[in-house]
Amino acid sequence: MQGLQQAEGARATAGGTRARRAGAAGRRVRANRRLAIGLASLAGTFVLWWLLTAGTGIVGPTRFPAPAEFWAAFLQIASEGYAGGTLWMQAWYSTRLVILGFLVAIATGVPLGLLMGVSHRAEAVLNPAFLLVRPIPPLAWIPLAIVWLGLGDAAKILVIWFAAFVPSVINTWTGVRGVDRTLIAAARVHGAGPWRLLWEVIIPGSLPMIFTGLRLSLQASWTTLVAAELVGAFFGLGRVLDTAYRDINPPMITVAMLTVGILGAATTRLVAEAERRLIPWRS
Amino acid sequence: MAFMTLAGPPPPPRQLMLLSAAGAVLFFGLWQAIAVSGAVSAETLPSPVAVLETAWRLSAAPFAGHTLFGHLLASLGRFGMGFGLAALVGIPLGLAMGRWRLLDDIVSPIFEALRFVAPLAWVPFAALWFGTGIGGPVMVIFAGAFPPCLINAYRGAKLVEVRLVEAAQTLGAGGLRIMAEVLLPGALPSIVAGLRVSAGLAWQSLIGAELIVASAGIGYMMVQAQSNLSPAIVMAGMLAVGVVGLTLDVALRRAERAVKARWGQA
Repeated sequence: MQGLQQAEGARATAGGTRARRAGAAGRRVRANRRLAIGLASLAGTFVLWWLLTAGTGIVGPTRFPAPAEFWAAFLQIASEGYAGGTLWMQAWYSTRLVILGFLVAIATGVPLGLLMGVSHRAEAVLNPAFLLVRPIPPLAWIPLAIVWLGLGDAAKILVIWFAAFVPSVINTWTGVRGVDRTLIAAARVHGAGPWRLLWEVIIPGSLPMIFTGLRLSLQASWTTLVAAELVGAFFGLGRVLDTAYRDINPPMITVAMLTVGILGAATTRLVAEAERRLIPWRS
Repeated sequence: MAFMTLAGPPPPPRQLMLLSAAGAVLFFGLWQAIAVSGAVSAETLPSPVAVLETAWRLSAAPFAGHTLFGHLLASLGRFGMGFGLAALVGIPLGLAMGRWRLLDDIVSPIFEALRFVAPLAWVPFAALWFGTGIGGPVMVIFAGAFPPCLINAYRGAKLVEVRLVEAAQTLGAGGLRIMAEVLLPGALPSIVAGLRVSAGLAWQSLIGAELIVASAGIGYMMVQAQSNLSPAIVMAGMLAVGVVGLTLDVALRRAERAVKARWGQA
């Protein structure tokens, strides 16, 4: 669980007797125990799944698939394909749209956030438009994008752009405003011009917040794409979900859900890796 | 260097307010000018005035079965149910996970695995299990709102001093009483912060669910307007969604501040 270390630290300083007693060896035992219970829990869930579906039939096949049905659906979409393509084609199609929309959002959102961050005047001019757009959830742009651009790729990229743009701008802005003023003053005293100041002080200083924004943007991108493809698409994982829903094919729904989850987790890992390389001083 | 105002003192507030006013005028003026000039047809981009007019008209004349307020009420009802359910399940579970490590170790892996599935990906199952009327959308809202409720209750419970829990135990308080009278107040600031995040996600998931499966609600109204190719109604819907979302956020921000003032720092 995220934030556990933090919470453990707080617990120790708060005078928790249990945490104080546990040394390095104790922690290792505790970590092993945690892993064992975690694995047992996942295995238990799997057994329960099997029991409820195939074992006893309490949950019928029109409600939730049995493990074997899930596997069969996976093999079907992997080899023959479903809703117009194999799993790899559908997954790549959706991933490509997320990456494109996400990149467009970064390329516009981060510079705008930087601009609004370094200049109070630019912030004042742009804020009214931004305040109007900000409270509208990205998913609410889907119908408008379809009216404007139809059901093809362009509408999806537009919607993902809207979804990922706002967190990029806000977090970049927050990052710039959070840069230590003493550092900026020091750089200026030493004769740094505006570009150098931006490139060597402000951008590195706001990178941690920028990356926080990118992670939020990426999550928003996936959610929005799935929704947009469910509302209407010719291809992609949302299309698979929608077709499986119309065919009342629960095994295929689970395969598509799992794929979306794995792709979301994998792309988040990519951003975390980029963050680790670009700002090694953070960890 | 005059442009970069970050290093020096910020420009005078009067000047900034004037600039903001100019920005607003520029934004709406440009939008209105483009829409009126006919460079883009009204079927593509209605003017801001037309959007406001449409919103006004919709508050009296029904579209897709209800007036604008009828749709909003339907949406808010589902929102209340899904959000309430998420809080009712997520907060006690989070507190209990913060209290008992065994429960934490058992639930965490399942929860972490499920969390990677986007809430909207639950829409097909929600519709299969609970139908497209109220149950399905409520389940999607629940999927969106549940994780922040649980995580923040868990973190809040972890931040409660163990001494306090041990003192209550020494005085003979049972598990439930400790949860209600020690962990809940101690975790409250963190819980309320979680509720705010959760409300935002719930509202957004609701719109998504209604776009895909529903027979009433603001998202349904927007998707009907989309198939009618009437962007003015779509934009009026977006406006309503934005206003309600903003109101919810402001209300919960207030609650957060009040709780922080009363129960200490998060």
